[in-house]
Amino acid sequence: MPSPTECLPSPSPSLSLGPGPGPGNGPNQSPGPVRGQLVISGVSIAYDGVPIVSGVDFTLARGAIGCLLGPSGCGKTTLLRAVAGFEPLASGEIHLHGRQVAGPGLNLPPEERRAGMVFQDFALFPHLSVARNVAFGLRFLGRRERRVRVAELLELVGMAGAGDKYPHQLSGGQQQRIALARAMAPRPDILLLDEPFSSMDAELREQLAREVRELLKREGVTAILVTHDQLEAFAMADRIAVMSGGRIHQVGSGFDLYHEPADRFVADFIGQGIMLPGRVVDDRRIDTELGPLTGTSPHGLAHGTPGEVLLRPDDILHDDASPLRAEVVNRAFRGAEYLYSLRLASGQVILCLVQSHHNHAIGEHIGIRVAVDHLVAFPRETGSHTQE
Amino acid sequence: MINATVTAGSPRSRPGYWAWGVIALALTLALPVLVVLGFLFAPAGEVWEHLAATVLQDYVVNSLWLMLGVAVGTLIGGVGTAWLTSMCRFPGRGLFEWALLLPMAMPAYIIAYTYTGLLDFAGPVQTLLRAWSGWGYGDYWFPEIRSLPGAVVMLSLVLYPYVYLLARAAFLGQSLCVLDVSRTLGNGPWRTFFTVALPLARPGIVAGLSQALMETLADYGTVQYFGIATFTTGIFRTWFGLGNTVAAAQLAALLLGFIFLLILLERLSRRQARYHQTSQRHQAIRRYPLRGWRGLVAFVFCLIPLALGFLLPAGQLAAWALEVASTSLDAAFWRLVGHSLGLAAAAALLALLLALILGYGQRLRPTPGVTLAVRVAGLGYAVPGTVIAVGVIIPFGWLDNQIDAWMRATFGLSTGLLLSGTLAALLFTYLVRFLAVSLQTVESGLGKIRPSMDESALSLGLRPGTVLWRVHLPILRGSLFTALLLVFVDVLKELPATLILRPFNFNTLAVRVYELAADERLADAAPAALAIVFAGLAPVILLSRSITRSRHAQPH
Repeated sequence: MPSPTECLPSPSPSLSLGPGPGPGNGPNQSPGPVRGQLVISGVSIAYDGVPIVSGVDFTLARGAIGCLLGPSGCGKTTLLRAVAGFEPLASGEIHLHGRQVAGPGLNLPPEERRAGMVFQDFALFPHLSVARNVAFGLRFLGRRERRVRVAELLELVGMAGAGDKYPHQLSGGQQQRIALARAMAPRPDILLLDEPFSSMDAELREQLAREVRELLKREGVTAILVTHDQLEAFAMADRIAVMSGGRIHQVGSGFDLYHEPADRFVADFIGQGIMLPGRVVDDRRIDTELGPLTGTSPHGLAHGTPGEVLLRPDDILHDDASPLRAEVVNRAFRGAEYLYSLRLASGQVILCLVQSHHNHAIGEHIGIRVAVDHLVAFPRETGSHTQE
Repeated sequence: MINATVTAGSPRSRPGYWAWGVIALALTLALPVLVVLGFLFAPAGEVWEHLAATVLQDYVVNSLWLMLGVAVGTLIGGVGTAWLTSMCRFPGRGLFEWALLLPMAMPAYIIAYTYTGLLDFAGPVQTLLRAWSGWGYGDYWFPEIRSLPGAVVMLSLVLYPYVYLLARAAFLGQSLCVLDVSRTLGNGPWRTFFTVALPLARPGIVAGLSQALMETLADYGTVQYFGIATFTTGIFRTWFGLGNTVAAAQLAALLLGFIFLLILLERLSRRQARYHQTSQRHQAIRRYPLRGWRGLVAFVFCLIPLALGFLLPAGQLAAWALEVASTSLDAAFWRLVGHSLGLAAAAALLALLLALILGYGQRLRPTPGVTLAVRVAGLGYAVPGTVIAVGVIIPFGWLDNQIDAWMRATFGLSTGLLLSGTLAALLFTYLVRFLAVSLQTVESGLGKIRPSMDESALSLGLRPGTVLWRVHLPILRGSLFTALLLVFVDVLKELPATLILRPFNFNTLAVRVYELAADERLADAAPAALAIVFAGLAPVILLSRSITRSRHAQPH
């Protein structure tokens, strides 16, 4: 079985140091350095013989923010903890800042890896004040330098003057900032964030993720985030690895993952959409119930075979003038838009995102038009999550 | 408004008969402690001066040394074993996790008798030593078990589980992430233990320690047998030897002062523990594997308290019991068993009844007065049996004398001592001492019944009485049983109060063990001692089961 990253549709993008254009705005094509700040190669992890992570490769350039995204139980947290030094590897190697930290016969303990970590529950030391929490990893600094560094970090996370408080006096958001400051204080080679926003209100998460991204970028910190929330991943990461069943299915920007998923799992996990059956006509065209669909790049299926086309809700446009019509079977109001479920003549249901002033009742037939740029197609076999 | 009239009929706003009942009950139960405290202000005369000039200093110094020694012993044993079994992986860990509680079943006086028999000149250890080395009497030095250090070891061996239990809970309650964070910030495992894990567990450990020290102060059997002058033995001596009630009560009051300091320490620690709670979600524990010689060291470290605190003494008791079984398991023995079981069962049932009254009183009318009353009623758990006995015997004796005087004046009849020296006085003493045990269990059971459960049952058309029967009882059943069992066993083990207050010629297992041991008939005491240890196993098994259950409930 080829390594998952080899079946990428595009060369693996990697972001260089600096604020950059922000995540999710388009595929970033700058070539990655040969040696990254973090290099994970062929890593497998097992508990009592049960594989949790198998054969994972992942590279992160200095100053980049990566993300391990996947459903719970996919092995993403285990992989992150392996980087930190809490899980021994069954095979493979991990290099941090050009130094091997784990591999055959080598497993540096966490305290010797220079990997800062922010935990899901922040794990502030309740018996220490905020300042002493932040200073916890700075015991090799002199007293004065330590005080300067603590003040600097509290300033950085917008908590200047809170040094004498205790963790239980802080709100969740404030605790998180202190956890971040504490992890960043010893200037680690990499910052590991384990679902750092999961205990926050849903409305706050994206905003916080963006704030943290800005902070890390300003400081030039290399970081990896683990999350199951794709919006969080899009808001924060330059490079997202989608994981399931202990494997990485695809690595790319949010844009890549949404518009050019490498396999059914990614197509299914990222965003919404349905699979529309069709027949392959040539290497860029597939005939479907909605007419012939043509993409800008080859879809990779053999001529004449049955296939399925991924249709996102934003691929279907509402057009009263269109002769193509479908029946409204369900609708979900989302403020600015409606998500309509539409039934085609064959009974196939598709999704369509429409501005919410187009208010159509259930049972009504409305005109639609297809607009796909990225034609994503898979061979027709239901129930399988893997390509080939 | 209709609503207003409806709520006016609800139990919350009815005049508080129950509340007054609860307060009256609490005051009655607090009476012995109040009586003892009252004697702080009474003049004691010469005897007190004599005490202060001679033995009082010994009582204080010995008690302090005892507390210091037991503190060191239980801390090393309790915290060490708690850390190893909760955070490390080594052969036998799962077994030790619950087996380390077994010494709790061994009352301190029984382990003291057993070791005396094991280690004295004629005992198996010294006999073996002489046979092996060829030494004779006076040729060698052997540590004297009947000494202050000996008492420290005995008490530490049976009291370390208090520290073990609470330290273990504290370690397991810590967010593992906190320990991981320390590692990622450059601290090795040992440094992490001392800078993070230990400070975080401190409130739990101190709470456990203060319980162990309260038991140390309350101990009578061990120090009496080892001839160490402490407060409890002093109270006995002053009362029965010198016949001075007031001075005995004043000694008891002084002892109460020590106890109150410990209670304060425990309460403060528990309050602090709230802030030291770190984890909202429990993560599967990944125990640190100890391989090779490290695993062996951990194994031996856990085996020592278990073997010395339970296996060895229980084995010796069993051997003695077998030796004398043919002669000592007679009708008199079974009568003793009957007395002990009957007394313990009566006290357990009464305590449960009172606990239910207090618990429901607090639930129905949680006014500050009721809450305070319930707390006061539960104070006795920390008070040594000797002190309570003194506090019971004084007012009961006074009442008897009043009744007697009145009857003689009115009818020319002498009633003598109506209440003192009866089972009623003894039962009352047990209630004062052990009500807290059942109260705590009942309260935690009632806490599981959220008000919304009552409300949803009522909204489904059940009448209040039916709610009690169909909702509360099934939920409470487990707690009620636990409450009964805990008080039952505590009463069975109780020695000093029983010794003072039992009716003439009425013996229990514990008293019989004490009497036989005092006559140096240690083997003859074994069957009764073993029976007490067996009964003591029941709550230990309950505790271990809850430990194993919580372990199975953990993911992974």
